[in-house]
Amino acid sequence: MDKRIESPDVGIQAIHDGAMILMGGFGLCGIPENLISAVRRKGIRNLTIVSNNAGVDDFGIGILLQNRQVKKMVSTYVGENKLFEQLVFQGELEIELNPQGTFAERLRAGGAGIPAFYTPTGYGTVVAEGKETREFDGRMFVLERGIRGQFAFIKAWKGDRWGNLVYRKTAGNFNAMMATAADYVIAEVEQLVDLGELDPNHIHTPGIYVNAIFQGSNYEKRIERRKIRIAV
Amino acid sequence: MNQDQKYERIAARIAKELRDGYYVNLGIGIPTQVANFVPSGMDVILQSENGMLGIGPYPAESEVDADMINAGKETVTELKGTCYFSSVDSFAMIRGGHIDLTVLGALQVDEQGNLANWAIPGKMLKGMGGAMDLVAGAKRVFIAMEHATRDKAAKIVSKCTLPLTGVKVVDYIVTELAVIQVTPEGLLLKELAPDTTVAYVQSLTEPQLILPGKGPELMLL
Repeated sequence: MDKRIESPDVGIQAIHDGAMILMGGFGLCGIPENLISAVRRKGIRNLTIVSNNAGVDDFGIGILLQNRQVKKMVSTYVGENKLFEQLVFQGELEIELNPQGTFAERLRAGGAGIPAFYTPTGYGTVVAEGKETREFDGRMFVLERGIRGQFAFIKAWKGDRWGNLVYRKTAGNFNAMMATAADYVIAEVEQLVDLGELDPNHIHTPGIYVNAIFQGSNYEKRIERRKIRIAV
Repeated sequence: MNQDQKYERIAARIAKELRDGYYVNLGIGIPTQVANFVPSGMDVILQSENGMLGIGPYPAESEVDADMINAGKETVTELKGTCYFSSVDSFAMIRGGHIDLTVLGALQVDEQGNLANWAIPGKMLKGMGGAMDLVAGAKRVFIAMEHATRDKAAKIVSKCTLPLTGVKVVDYIVTELAVIQVTPEGLLLKELAPDTTVAYVQSLTEPQLILPGKGPELMLL
């Protein structure tokens, strides 16, 4: 078995206008930089993107917003992106905001064959509007749906040709859930290693979830808020 | 008091609630500063909802690592004993009741302990991030905020008018002037800062505050 592909551009060949794509990352940490650039190059439009954040004005998903390729975002936090706010207020971009834990669980459920689940999060708030609620053990819960996408873009630290993946530090975030929740999953890794090099005890995403893998290049790994300890 | 001094006082007061072995999630802004006041010798494990338990201090220039950030997207360091995990595990900890204490900022808190802290319709679009899950799942919810807005409008109100983060979720409100407990009867003025009066605090608070029998205690600082 060999899931390696030549380039991100090969990986996204099957993606057309109107597709729904899950993209890993928290802020700019652990985002699929190479695949996002390939989508920008290909110019496909009307995309629905499921991602915790929307990048910044000129990096990450921001470069797809700049190019007006996105129709709808499903996210949890979209502050710090002026263009995003402007597009939403002008009615050019649809936004569905989810509580972050609900968002993570919706992806986990989608990937695990669970169509819906009850959560206490958001009960009595705008996110519960129009949703079923139910009492369990004296407390109220909201019914939330699992999410499945057509495509998922995953960023990992290391991977092998069977698609086994290992994430690094907080760059894992939503990648592991998203890798389970789409029909076609493309992983970009900083290091593509030989089979057997990854410690089988420490695989985060088993290869069964991954359809295609490539080693990315020119990672910028931009830092949103560089905070430095003041020496005393 | 300037703004920094107000924030320090709020953070220092909340830090008095910390206990050895607590798992704590601190929100962005004033709440983050609570970490500066953890008493020495006490192990308080900070959780970051992007997948980290055991947040260390900000890095030295040479330690900066783009793969190591907190939920405010700031660079951080790890400690001996730090662990990383996925977002779904992170929120299992949060929603599952494993976090002892969370500290969050607020736009409004009301008499019933309802909280609004994520949106101002037509003006500010940010999103709730992890706040709705934190208030739904943490064992205790503390609000750290300035008592009123810059133009002295009440942030502690009879009924929140902004989009809610959670219903009946707040346990305590800590401001530069007071410590207020949310009780079934209403808002109890537990502690008063040394440089203010009950009348002044009440004038910046929309609902009527309840006074303890012996009056409020001096704020623990």
